[in-house]
Amino acid sequence: MASLIGKPVKRVEDKRFITGKGRYTDDIVLPGMVYAYIIRSPYAHARINSIDTSAATAMDGVVAVFTGKDITGITGVPTGWQVNFKNGDTMKEPPHPLIVADKVRHMGDNVAVVIATSKELARDAADMVEVDYEELDAVADAVKAVAAGAPLVHDDVPNNIAFDFELGDKAKTDEMMAKADHITTLEFTNQRIIPNAIEPRCAIGDYNSATDRYTLYTTSQNPHLTRLLMCAFVLGIPEHKVRVVSPDVGGGFGSKIFHYTEEALMIWISQRIGRPVKWNSDRSEAFMTDAHGRDHITKAELGLDSEGNFLALRINTHANLGAYLSTFAPCVPTYLHATLLQGLYTTPAIYIDLTAAFTHTTPVDALRGAGRPEATFLLERIIENAAREIGMDPTELRRKNLIPPFDGVNEPGYQTQVALQYDSGNYEAVLDKALDMFDYKGFRERQKAAKAEGKLLGVGFSTYIEACGIAPSAVVGALGARAGLYESAQVRVQPTGKVSVYTGSHSHGQGHETTFAQIVADKFGINLEDVEVVHGDSEAVAFGMGTYGSRSLAVGGSAIMKSIDKVIQKGAKIAAHKLEANEDDLEFANGAWTVKGTDKSIGFGDIALTAYVPHDYPAGVEPGMDFASFYDPTNFTYPFGAHIAEVEVDKDTGKVKIVRYVAVDDVGNVINPMIVDGQLHGGIAHGIGQALLEGAIYDDDGQLINGSFMDYTMPRADDLPSFEVDRTVTPCPHNPLGVKGAGEAGTIASTPAIVNAVLDALSDYGIKDIKMPLTPERVWRAMQNGK
Amino acid sequence: MGISIEVNVNGEKRHSEVDARLLLVHYLRDTLGLTGTHVGCDTSNCGACTVLVDGKAVKSCTMLAVQANGAEVKTIEGMAENGELHPLQSSFKEAHGLQCGFCTPGMIMTAANLLERNSNPSEEEIRHALEGNFCRCTGYHNIVKAIQLAAQQLT
Ligand code: FES
Ligand code: FES
Repeated sequence: MASLIGKPVKRVEDKRFITGKGRYTDDIVLPGMVYAYIIRSPYAHARINSIDTSAATAMDGVVAVFTGKDITGITGVPTGWQVNFKNGDTMKEPPHPLIVADKVRHMGDNVAVVIATSKELARDAADMVEVDYEELDAVADAVKAVAAGAPLVHDDVPNNIAFDFELGDKAKTDEMMAKADHITTLEFTNQRIIPNAIEPRCAIGDYNSATDRYTLYTTSQNPHLTRLLMCAFVLGIPEHKVRVVSPDVGGGFGSKIFHYTEEALMIWISQRIGRPVKWNSDRSEAFMTDAHGRDHITKAELGLDSEGNFLALRINTHANLGAYLSTFAPCVPTYLHATLLQGLYTTPAIYIDLTAAFTHTTPVDALRGAGRPEATFLLERIIENAAREIGMDPTELRRKNLIPPFDGVNEPGYQTQVALQYDSGNYEAVLDKALDMFDYKGFRERQKAAKAEGKLLGVGFSTYIEACGIAPSAVVGALGARAGLYESAQVRVQPTGKVSVYTGSHSHGQGHETTFAQIVADKFGINLEDVEVVHGDSEAVAFGMGTYGSRSLAVGGSAIMKSIDKVIQKGAKIAAHKLEANEDDLEFANGAWTVKGTDKSIGFGDIALTAYVPHDYPAGVEPGMDFASFYDPTNFTYPFGAHIAEVEVDKDTGKVKIVRYVAVDDVGNVINPMIVDGQLHGGIAHGIGQALLEGAIYDDDGQLINGSFMDYTMPRADDLPSFEVDRTVTPCPHNPLGVKGAGEAGTIASTPAIVNAVLDALSDYGIKDIKMPLTPERVWRAMQNGK
Repeated sequence: MGISIEVNVNGEKRHSEVDARLLLVHYLRDTLGLTGTHVGCDTSNCGACTVLVDGKAVKSCTMLAVQANGAEVKTIEGMAENGELHPLQSSFKEAHGLQCGFCTPGMIMTAANLLERNSNPSEEEIRHALEGNFCRCTGYHNIVKAIQLAAQQLT
């Protein structure tokens, strides 16, 4: 049978989605279910003097109205990561209540919840609830928030500082910087972006008083983690009484990792009213309450010697965490950002000083790439400017400073200045391949010709590396994670040789049902149709840490591999008995155990049946064929790549058109190239969105000005070109599949490539930077102010 | 208080008493249980709710159920005929034009209307036709390919 690994197998999950038979959380209707409408704060910062719910409560069809005062004995949703202050002081971790009782701290904060027999009625009744707010001063910007006299988000957090953080060798960096012949400085904002998975979040709480069991249906990327956090840290209910189901989920991009207040709230309400209750987010609520991403204000300096060798990188960043600490928030600007500042370069001294601030804004957490886009943007933008300042070709400057190839097997991994050790890499290869595909030389000629015709063409480069396959538990534990980051898998061979695979990963578009089935079918030598992948239900799947940080295949897939091995080993024992051979003399290939050098063999299906009908069976071997495994990685995985964008800037309007986009990525071994390419496409589009179109706008009062699709510019089909993607393959040396992860790569690389391309197009204007998103207005103004 | 309407949905006549303010999308999802049509926004921008009303692609969140009285409505559930997938459905699978699948029904309905008007659209025309439909997963690359593939198969 032909190998299934590396083949563009069409997705097995597609049929339900193309026929309208997907089952998303909002599609679920339970008997007797009622609907929740959450009243949200219209203010960024205000005291709640009183709430009058009497008129709403009196309405026909209204089941209950709850305010913060009704929820006693529950602190709120926790964060899953602790990053202490540089001086060892404990991170500030103010409570994030399910419903606030006294004060609102961001626009959209939960103020009250109305439960009624229909969605419309709940909303009508919410209009009858009167809240008396006393508006207070607010602060939305991370630098302003930590300045003296800024309004406090939490009374007991001085200067709004959640924690500060440093990484790298400060003394060495200062010393090397002092030796530099040239220092390039760049101050910029990596603006806040709003995730906007197209499916809004939704949660249904269902309590059964007879069995004392709870079920939560939720749009989550990690149902088990949600269960753990909700049971152990929020509601104090026993985990074995709680089932969490994440059915089909319409995209996540990070925003559905976190344990949100609404999830715990629906469970709490359902227990209170004795009926199932559903909350489905409006898009307007999503804008205000889905955790946002990015939002760094940074000053960076890159020191170079006279030949263009990087000597030192020094960074000061203010990271905006919003009003409360979301699940992964403390880890994003620190261990997913600061640790990636080596990039693909040999920079011998790096130091970052970071302040994490509370502001009166929506919490900020991981969003596609999570920290790594911020690191890559910083590096690739400052390198681009350095090249321009010292008059060197941007590709040559990059090439000069690239880390030489290493496979991580015969050559050791690469030890960075910022804690991580890269697994394997061949960085020049991706750059060369991308330049080749793009025809860089030809481009410079076309650019000249275009210029003669008065047209502004530009090319932008970016290389990137990311830490994926999150993550070795002991390592992250030492860095403040409050959970392990392994993955679990169970491979159950059914008596007829069909296989059920239970994974703790969760697919919300990534195609696990296909990729994982390919691996299992390939290893067992059976048909793809004979494998079914089950995910997203804590009752079916023993445990799991979910899907984020491009971890599903590297960690979840590796757990499946461990179970596959166990099946094959046990099968060999049974086969040896049946074939009257020595176990060591057997080999397993093409779905059968064969006595080496003979034609004596027995198939996978026969062995499966024997395991469940053990009449003629080896002594001391248990019946059945069902193996669970946990896989805890020994290192992160490090995908990398080089992307090139070509743009044309309209001289009269400042509008940027992407002419070509070339990406060469190395995500290690590839199981399904069609799916990997698709991940790249989506990621690239997401990053382009940040470069050209997207950005949350808060005014000084903390009002989110563009909180709807009318005002927040999402990338549309006609904003984007088709992409040219290819890859190199440098296997990961430390996981059994040799895979690295592909979900975030495109987003990480594309943002700086686009901005660099625009600046290249405008190179005659002497422009050092344009603030993202590069709207026509900003580009036009930059041209007017340029020379 | 309900208003009585008769709508032909996917070839089947449905009689219902509906609230005057009920949106077509909620009629389809909540009253008829046709949950293949999705809701992705509250400003009529995302296109996840797109269905065909008398053959034209319509965002079903922009229309009241009562306005569909007497109309023929086709949803994603009505695209396959006699167990055969519509070429757009099979081409979305073939070209990997979907990831999470949430935007997919709306994309397919919009594309169906496009191909009805223009059987051989250019890439630019396809991208233009899709501008009212958001996809956060695919970067649109393979959606465009899927529609091109379906166009080939339909002609
Ligand atoms: S739900 Fe109709 S356009 Fe978004
Ligand atoms: S496939 Fe997920 S939004 Fe389009």
